[in-house]
Amino acid sequence: MDSTYLKITASCVIADHKVCCNGEVVYKGDKTKSVPDFLTDVYTFLDPTYPKFYKMDLLAKLGWLGSEFLLNDHFDKAAYREEDTGIVLTNANSSLDTDQRYFQTVSEYPSPSLFVYTLPNIVIGEICIRNKFRGENAFFVFEQFNPLFLEQYVGGLIRNKVIRNCICGWTEVLGNSYKSALYLVQESASGIDFRAGQMEKIYGF
Amino acid sequence: MDKLMHDLKTQIIEQLNLQDKKPEDIGDDEPLFVEGLGLDSIDALELIVLMQQYYGIKLANAEDGPKVFKSIRTMAEYITEHQAKKA
Repeated sequence: MDSTYLKITASCVIADHKVCCNGEVVYKGDKTKSVPDFLTDVYTFLDPTYPKFYKMDLLAKLGWLGSEFLLNDHFDKAAYREEDTGIVLTNANSSLDTDQRYFQTVSEYPSPSLFVYTLPNIVIGEICIRNKFRGENAFFVFEQFNPLFLEQYVGGLIRNKVIRNCICGWTEVLGNSYKSALYLVQESASGIDFRAGQMEKIYGF
Repeated sequence: MDKLMHDLKTQIIEQLNLQDKKPEDIGDDEPLFVEGLGLDSIDALELIVLMQQYYGIKLANAEDGPKVFKSIRTMAEYITEHQAKKA
């Protein structure tokens, strides 16, 4: 199977206090708000009733919110087994945002709830727990968004039948800087070709 | 005891990021784990830190955890008992 048969059937970019799904801005936040407050506002907008959200670190909140938008209305969960869905995420600063927050607590009372988020792949775990996904998953760190890697790595996983669909993309938070661009990739007759150039276009919306 | 229980509820909400809860949503005798407030193992560690941070009390024996952290009331009783011993 060539990767031309793989399609991006949904996308979600969260950046600049906006949420853009499939090319359309679906939520515009107050630009004067902090990143944590903006993410909480997006959660309230989605209204998913998932109190565990409040306990997540910012990286997990950002990726988790992106996945909620991505899967809403665009994913036929019943068509797949739990192990059919993979997640491959990337960013530039790993879990550094939370690592720094945790480090600030170490001299007094190290925070267990911050400590558990001092790995970047915990965001993947949060998405898997929410959706009961059990497929292959991985988190890679690159200097910058690397859509060609995603095309090749995720394409390979699906071509080799390790998984049948994948949430992949970029999820990055460090201080006041953040960006998430997630793609739902499936074999499909419709959608956008799963190609690096297409991912790049969506990333830069 | 009532003030201590109210303080504990406020501190737990803040420390455990239970932003969807208010102190009045938490019953004095409501189980903190699984059913009831639905806390998990990481929250248990946060409760240990909370007792140390706010009340200067270290849980001497980890096996006491389930008894001490059964409810807001059992936590308050444990704190009161240990503060009395210190005094």
